[in-house]
Amino acid sequence: MELLANLSQGFAVALTWSTLILAISGCFAGTIIGSLPGLGPSNGVAILIPLAFSLSLDATEALVLMTSVYYGAMYGGRISSILLNIPGDEPALMTTLDGYPMARQGRAGDALVLSGVASFVGALLATIGLMILAPILARIAYLFGPAEYFALYMLAFCTLGGLSSRNQIKAGLAAIIGLAIAMIGLDNTTGLPRLTFGSLHLMDGVDFLVAIVGLFAVAEIFIYMESHGRESAIGVKLERITIPFREIGNSAVTMLRSTLIGFIAGVLPGAGASLGSFLAYMAEKSLSRDKETFGTGNPRGVAAPEAGNNAAAGGALVPMLTLGVPGSGTTAVLLALLVTLNITPGPLLFEERPEVVWGLVASLLIANFVLLIMNVPLVKLFVRILSVPPWILLPGITMVAFGGIYSLSGSSYDLVLMLLFGLFGYLCRKLDVPTVPIILGILLGNHMEDSLRRAMVISDGDWTYLFTSPISIVLWLAAIGGFVAPMFLRNLLRTPPRVED
Amino acid sequence: MTGDRYFGAAVLAITGFYLYGASTIPTGFLPDPVGSRTFPYILGGLGFLCGFLILLRPDDPPVWPSSSIVLKLALAAAIMYGFAETLQPLGFILPSAVTTALLSYLIAPNILHSLIAGGGLSVGLYVILKHGLGLGLSAFWF
Repeated sequence: MELLANLSQGFAVALTWSTLILAISGCFAGTIIGSLPGLGPSNGVAILIPLAFSLSLDATEALVLMTSVYYGAMYGGRISSILLNIPGDEPALMTTLDGYPMARQGRAGDALVLSGVASFVGALLATIGLMILAPILARIAYLFGPAEYFALYMLAFCTLGGLSSRNQIKAGLAAIIGLAIAMIGLDNTTGLPRLTFGSLHLMDGVDFLVAIVGLFAVAEIFIYMESHGRESAIGVKLERITIPFREIGNSAVTMLRSTLIGFIAGVLPGAGASLGSFLAYMAEKSLSRDKETFGTGNPRGVAAPEAGNNAAAGGALVPMLTLGVPGSGTTAVLLALLVTLNITPGPLLFEERPEVVWGLVASLLIANFVLLIMNVPLVKLFVRILSVPPWILLPGITMVAFGGIYSLSGSSYDLVLMLLFGLFGYLCRKLDVPTVPIILGILLGNHMEDSLRRAMVISDGDWTYLFTSPISIVLWLAAIGGFVAPMFLRNLLRTPPRVED
Repeated sequence: MTGDRYFGAAVLAITGFYLYGASTIPTGFLPDPVGSRTFPYILGGLGFLCGFLILLRPDDPPVWPSSSIVLKLALAAAIMYGFAETLQPLGFILPSAVTTALLSYLIAPNILHSLIAGGGLSVGLYVILKHGLGLGLSAFWF
């Protein structure tokens, strides 16, 4: 009953004209961002954050806009996977495996509709899951003191790099780099400068928005410029679009199974949407009786990863909202948005600002229906966007990234810093150092240090205090397990090869 | 291997410098069992260890782009740097027209296309960003 009351409060917020328009335009922009190769949810949301500020939106509106973009990008990512064999974003990689073969058999329309419906099922059920699970988790989060939070941050950093890098040392190093950058600036406790080396610019610390846009968007531009021309695919023509009722019916169970797997993968810190779609696809393949047809255009191989990654996107919002610890790159960016809007996610958010949480949930429910309409009947519109040539797209993205950051800070110093982060992000990608832990480190570094210091003040300097409560012991064990496990699992979790032309 | 040898060495050098920087952090006035230096020391130490491990067990070298592409990327970075430095004194339109035209030419060497991209994007984005979204940009230097 409490849920219904909360939800009706949420719909009261979500059904105002301004919020509705934001949700719809967010869905539209998100689908475009997702479908453009090279612009995924995390960098898409990153370059749009400065714009959200300039619109001077309040917290609910900004969050609704950005999560609609996030959901939209998760939907849109499949379009170029299916038509061009180029994943529009990382989680859509698995969709290329069966989506592109389907398209080559002349069933591009079927694949797009089926994956659109699968995305809808995954995202809708995950939003409902978020609605039920988040308040429960928020209640548990009340039991968290500084020692537990410190252990939780450890868990996030130990697991986040895990599967995105082939080298666990580099994943750990990435988190350390981020945390080390966060230390620069004025000390929260003493107010004295740290590691600024006398630079006035560094006194304020490194703005995480500058780092995010640099590491995600600018680095992506360099990566795209490098790969452009090498990765060429034969585009598939899209004829008429009909609704393949039979295939949707056949893969209904697949969608439900994949949604559950994806949602769990999303809720776990550090896993995120890529793992969700991967696990959903692999589970479906191993359960299926006709394993060999996977990879040759099996419709269920299209439905599974799309339901999985959209469910994971919803699941990843749970730890971000209840604990303030994001489970994926995009939720890290969303956390940055919340922090900049002066909202601290966590259990108190549910008590003090219920309109933010429930307005967001209600908007996401609405956004899903909007996205279903955009991604099934109107999908042709977005297919046309794929033909925007890179010589206009890349300079455009560059201008939006630079213009957005400049409008926030008004200094060329931040632009140069962003460019340096971009070059650094490019090198990281080359050297297989994951960038998401770096972002998370910059974002959470000061919180992590503060909780350590507070825990030590409580215990009067006794370090064993960190491991006394049952919650923190469980979190520490999970952190160690999460860091060690990928070293052994890495051989098992290998992506099947993509179809070559 | 070449990539990681340099990378590991760079990590060692930077973390060394970081540890030195951490050692110069002034002590606060409040009693605090952890203090301002402990956490940076831990990070610097762990980073140093990682750099050492990367040096010991380097990964396979990444596929570095050919020298012509490296040149292209360096040029792109230089163009963006020029934009970063001129945006404030000259306003949005002129630097962005030049920057987008150059970047566009770098991606696809076609003068007509690059002129279209430069002219269209600079004016179009100015209108969208400034008047559509209300970003604090100025058009020119006056």
